[in-house]
Amino acid sequence: MSAPIQLRPDETFILNVGPQHPATHGVLRVKMEMDGEYIVKSETVLGYIHRMHEKMGENRTYAQYLPNLSRLDYLGALGYTHGHVLAIERAAGIEVPERAEYIRAITVELNRVASHLFWFGAFVMDLGGFSPLMYAIQDREHILDMLEAVTGARLTYCYYRFGGLYNDVDDDFIEAARRFIPRMRKSLKKYAALVTGNIIFQKRLEGIAPVSAEMCRKYGATGPVARGSGINFDVRKNEPYSVYPEFDFDIPVYHECDSMARYKVRMDEMEQSLRIIEQGLEKLPAGPIMAEKKPKNIKLPVGDFYQAVETARGSFGIRIVSDGDKNAYRLKLRSPTYSNMHLFDEACEGMLIMDALAFMGSLDLVIPEMDR
Amino acid sequence: MILETTQQALQALFAGSGPADAAEAGSPRGNGVLTRDYKTHGYHLDAQVAPDQLLAAVTILDQAGFFIESITGVDWIKENQMEVIYDFSRYDFDTCRVVIRTRVPRDQPVVPTISTIYAGANWHERETHDFFGIKFAGHPHLVPLLLPEDADFHPLLKDFKA
Repeated sequence: MSAPIQLRPDETFILNVGPQHPATHGVLRVKMEMDGEYIVKSETVLGYIHRMHEKMGENRTYAQYLPNLSRLDYLGALGYTHGHVLAIERAAGIEVPERAEYIRAITVELNRVASHLFWFGAFVMDLGGFSPLMYAIQDREHILDMLEAVTGARLTYCYYRFGGLYNDVDDDFIEAARRFIPRMRKSLKKYAALVTGNIIFQKRLEGIAPVSAEMCRKYGATGPVARGSGINFDVRKNEPYSVYPEFDFDIPVYHECDSMARYKVRMDEMEQSLRIIEQGLEKLPAGPIMAEKKPKNIKLPVGDFYQAVETARGSFGIRIVSDGDKNAYRLKLRSPTYSNMHLFDEACEGMLIMDALAFMGSLDLVIPEMDR
Repeated sequence: MILETTQQALQALFAGSGPADAAEAGSPRGNGVLTRDYKTHGYHLDAQVAPDQLLAAVTILDQAGFFIESITGVDWIKENQMEVIYDFSRYDFDTCRVVIRTRVPRDQPVVPTISTIYAGANWHERETHDFFGIKFAGHPHLVPLLLPEDADFHPLLKDFKA
């Protein structure tokens, strides 16, 4: 048996977290310089699942590119496809029927709840609690079944079309969504009792990993990360799009800036999404689901167009530079976790490694969305 | 409100030169600040600056409390130029999206880094360097981010052949 390695008191060592590590939920590598249990310096290494989606955007027509958008964030794909169709509709000047926009909002919010549920389960599992994941997946399964019935896919949805939807929702979907809302509200109470009040859980998160509002601004953090730092910013409210102005909902904001604040923001957001779904089902107008006047082959006017939407992870932006052809001259995807993760290196300096891993969980990372 | 003050502040960079010519669609435009129709374009202000005005323009936005949205490039091969586009937005209900763009010659694509002002520009600039080979002078760590560590190609160049 060899003797244990002796380090000088001031000597640091390099620890590789990932690229295959359960805490990173995907192929992400963080190279950490450690002083015992404390992080001296950290460097995030990306690109393990980079697929050059932006080049594909130049090679394919706008319609052919639609399925790519749901391969970015496999937990909340509808938000991303929504951004793409809105960008094209904005640039091409296509009017979308109201019913289609309502159905888009309902399905996006269902998808947001599903995404937050999975994050909730995985996050608690990061901290050592296994059973909440099982409850969360059970609830999420109801949403996936509903969405599968109307979209035909469980995760990689390609449901929206330029000017409308692929197909209309049926009575079964509406009935299932109505039944889901009270069920989910009951579950949220259960999660609060089971997890949020747990003293070990609180001690692992409260006051840990502070991210100041100024740091959010310098790194461009959005979504629950920014809202956990006291920034009242949600694209649905700040730059209203789709039919969101029609709904009465609140943006949860917490000022503690710690991991617990980011957790609470997402838990509260699920309730707000349920409110939107409830009102959407209530108000759902009858009518067509596809624009009448829509060119068969979409060509955008020459110019530079930008569209931002609020996905489950934050502000997703799509920039299309068009030269008038049927595919984009340049297509840029601005992904929210890319900016949210970027502040990790600076924020985790001097932190205990276990706190840093909890912090990473609270950022809600989806690696294919970061690497694109 | 913020729209007007930002516009004035950016306009001041071009004091002395004439007013920005309303660019013909598609044709290269001169440096200057344009307002865009938010409804059709998705942003409010569109400022094209010279590379040496970039830091001044970004400093204006930093002091006005903007956050950095993204940085990207466009390869205008026919004009033998490369464009670097910077997106800024605000955590505010007084919405104002600002686009700063700058053009550099294609055979010598160098712009100053803004990671000294916005720490979050670091990865965006590395990514733009990956895809276009645009160099960001003064960047602390301009090595491949998304591409393999030994990558010597730039896939978003229009003359890139796989």
